[in-house]
Amino acid sequence: MDEIVAHARRDHPDEACGVVAGPEGSDRPERFIPMLNAARSPTFYEFDSGDLLRLYRDMDSRDEVPVVIYHSHTATEAYPSRTDISYASEPDAHYVLVSTRSEEDEFRSYRIVDGVVTEEQVEVVETYMFAHTGADDVPDNA
Amino acid sequence: MATVSIPTILRTHTGGEKAVEASGGTVAAVIDDLESRHSGIKGRLITDGSLHRFVNIYVDDEDVRFAGGLEAPVKDTSTVTILPAVAGGMR
Repeated sequence: MDEIVAHARRDHPDEACGVVAGPEGSDRPERFIPMLNAARSPTFYEFDSGDLLRLYRDMDSRDEVPVVIYHSHTATEAYPSRTDISYASEPDAHYVLVSTRSEEDEFRSYRIVDGVVTEEQVEVVETYMFAHTGADDVPDNA
Repeated sequence: MATVSIPTILRTHTGGEKAVEASGGTVAAVIDDLESRHSGIKGRLITDGSLHRFVNIYVDDEDVRFAGGLEAPVKDTSTVTILPAVAGGMR
């Protein structure tokens, strides 16, 4: 999450974009992959087509899928636009939107399936490996 | 036969298969052959005779938009990869 926001801030005033890949079927975002916005635009983002092919081949070879697909809006709220919805074509992905319109971080997540947007709760965990094993100061196998 | 890599969103047409085989000397012919066995897939790729703007098709490493479009040649040993574009914008 911090890396996504940092990428969005760094590329502002252009839109930033990328994915967080994870093992297929796990729904665990593990590998942060910032992508170049080939459109280099404050109002549009697009993965370069060559980068897109390399990304999917790389994920395939690791049995990964794009668990999170993120991009930033630079002047509007972190809510999917009509263009975002018409392009959205990973029904299993969490579409994360970040807005860099103000100092305050806006970080929201959605499912977009067949043109229908459903916002979902964002729960921040330290790392997925340790997220559900209890407090850090208590040994798990004690 | 060429191997065609199918993205998640189109696997409903291929019974969940990630890759299928298809024959044809061009991308257009491969898509017609796909349609004959996986009905409905052509309409997800082509509108009014041209490639849908939300879809990228590659023959091996080449995006067909830069290699002859739907007439781009396909060999028996080729891998044709279909990927939805990842794009959007604030409007």
